[in-house]
Amino acid sequence: MPRRNTLVFILILIIFALAVSVVLPIDEGILGEKGMRMGLDLQGGIHMVYQADLSRIEPGEEASVIEGVMLVISNRINPLGVTEPVIQKQGQDRILVELPGIDITDKEKERLSRVAILEFGELAADEEEAKWENELGRWKPAMAVVDGREKELTSAYFKENTYVSQDNLGRIILAFEWDEEGSRLSEAITGRLINQPLGIFEGDAPLLGDDDLPIAPIIRSVITDRGQIEGLSYDEASSLSKQLNAGRLPVSLEIIYDQTVSPLLGTDFIEMSVKAGLIGIILVMLFMVIYYRLSGVLACLALIFYGSLVLAIFKLVPVTLTLAGLGGFVLSIGMAVDANVLIFERMKEELRTGRTLGAAIEAGFNRAWTAIRDSNVTTFIVCGILYWLGSSIVASAPVMGFALTLFIGVAVSMFTAIVVTRTFLRLFVGSRLARKTSLFSVYSGGK
Amino acid sequence: MFDIVGKRFWFFLISGAVILIGIISLAVFGLKTGIEFSSGSLMTVSFEQEVSQDELRQELASLGYTNVIIQRTGQGDFFVRTQELSPEDKTELETALAARFGTLEEREFNSVSPMIATETANNAAIAVAVAAIGILLYITWAFRRMPRPFHYGACAIIALIHDALIALGVFAILGAVFGWEINLMFITGILAVIGYSVNNTVVVFDRIRENLARGVSSNFEVVVNNSLVGTLGRSLNTSLTTLFVVVALLLFVGMTIQNFAVVLLVGIVAGTFSSLCIAPTLLVVWEKREWGRFIQWLPLSALKTRGE
Repeated sequence: MPRRNTLVFILILIIFALAVSVVLPIDEGILGEKGMRMGLDLQGGIHMVYQADLSRIEPGEEASVIEGVMLVISNRINPLGVTEPVIQKQGQDRILVELPGIDITDKEKERLSRVAILEFGELAADEEEAKWENELGRWKPAMAVVDGREKELTSAYFKENTYVSQDNLGRIILAFEWDEEGSRLSEAITGRLINQPLGIFEGDAPLLGDDDLPIAPIIRSVITDRGQIEGLSYDEASSLSKQLNAGRLPVSLEIIYDQTVSPLLGTDFIEMSVKAGLIGIILVMLFMVIYYRLSGVLACLALIFYGSLVLAIFKLVPVTLTLAGLGGFVLSIGMAVDANVLIFERMKEELRTGRTLGAAIEAGFNRAWTAIRDSNVTTFIVCGILYWLGSSIVASAPVMGFALTLFIGVAVSMFTAIVVTRTFLRLFVGSRLARKTSLFSVYSGGK
Repeated sequence: MFDIVGKRFWFFLISGAVILIGIISLAVFGLKTGIEFSSGSLMTVSFEQEVSQDELRQELASLGYTNVIIQRTGQGDFFVRTQELSPEDKTELETALAARFGTLEEREFNSVSPMIATETANNAAIAVAVAAIGILLYITWAFRRMPRPFHYGACAIIALIHDALIALGVFAILGAVFGWEINLMFITGILAVIGYSVNNTVVVFDRIRENLARGVSSNFEVVVNNSLVGTLGRSLNTSLTTLFVVVALLLFVGMTIQNFAVVLLVGIVAGTFSSLCIAPTLLVVWEKREWGRFIQWLPLSALKTRGE
């Protein structure tokens, strides 16, 4: 028995060394992988779910339409410089977009889901309904009849080859070409609006120039196949050009869920949770040492082993850590000592009946095992249900993160209590310390 | 040796009173639900210059946002909850606020549509129900060799409902006083509490199982009391260590998972009480079929306390 125990002890030390080498350094991974994976709420970023309007799509075509939408969104995301964007189909008509670690403006966010990025407008007559209003007047969408249907002029008819350039006066221009249908539309509209302004709008707002004034060029001649937009800043023109070249969406999208976290906020959270975790661990350790003495010290060593192993598993699986997930981990530290407490209490009872330390350890573990097993199964049931809940809803990350970290935490805590603490305790059997049962917290004047 | 089981009617009285207060609070104040369950937008903003909550409220009202909830965090950020904002509405709102109060930083924005909110609320309710049924079945199975295993499952579930009701009652009061909301983290916390509370209950039941097998006494009440006293140290110590980490979470992580930490705090206290004083004693009451005695005891106890 003692020899086998020494072997297990060495094995535990090896696992511990491996776990530590996996965990450290926290922000780097093993074998070139990334470090600890942080969720949106910890590293900042965007989590959005779009719902596509498929009501006008032929039955059977839905899947390919959604695929097209995803491709366009992905093209529009690329210029933003996100390292690991996630674009996923959810259910029949939903698209999940996750952009970790970035902070983009609302305007850039809106552009991702707009069907046609730019719309063109003409001045509305007094009695007509206006779609836009600004200092230049009241505007309605510029429309013309093509192929027997009245259509609005938008950037949906741009070819995907817009580019930014300078005219001979050094002004920035965004050059575009109309596609076949667009050029007929443009011909009809610009022909009708000679010497009148053509407004350019993005969503509800006018497109603003370098001087913060709305861009609304006066039409001097009929525009058929190509045109240009003047007055934009260089940055604005080049960003717009990239988005325009990403293509247009075949259907309209509605944002049904949006969570945006500033990356600055996340770093605060990590710091605060680490602090909470450390203070929690220290309190738990103090309590264990004061109450269970030598056994408590062993439980603390087991707890350090526990923490390293759990973090190593988080990194290897990998588990995406969210604030709730960290909460689950911190909570599991408190619960991890539970199995130890169960065993130590049992050991104390056995020691009180006058058994030797060796016998008390074995009896304590054997008797405590059914309680540890049956009570942790209920926690596993709850973790499973939480995981299902997380996977079935849109705001999934916190719930799933918590379920996963708590599950891993409780499972590892069973292992550490039953294998690690027992091995540590057995090392003392037969030693001189074993005879001083007071070290194992048995009050001589006890009940 | 302590006689815990013998004071069972007192425990029922205490729990009943606390739950009654909780139910009355629920009926009077109701629960405030967060945007995850009732849709809307929640924005966390901070201003460079000093802005008071009233100024912000007035400005929002003048912009047409009358039905807003504003909360100030410890760090001077504001939580602003409105109806669901489209990206355009949001840009407009932020521009207007910046014009009035100077530079602002948007730290977090969360928006949930009514459809998503309904889905989330439904699934959360299903999760809580499935968890309760799953635990009932599991405990009935785990104690299948005992006479009347269903009693064990049912008593554990009653203890669990007891804890959930207390947590809900506390949140009804916190909602009325501080405007706290029930959100997804609350539900996660409730489920964690359910798992935790039953965990404790099972440890006590396990000892009852063992002591019955060892034939400690032919009197079920004595067996249960012995088991309770035997596991008392473990139950209290585990609760304490868990409370340490929950308090650390509450103090150092702050607002964002405040709801979660407080549910855990309330749940662990209620759960420790219920797993020691309610679930096992209910088992005794059920075994002895003394429901009638409890009803008779109630007015007596009132007289007794008055007499003392």
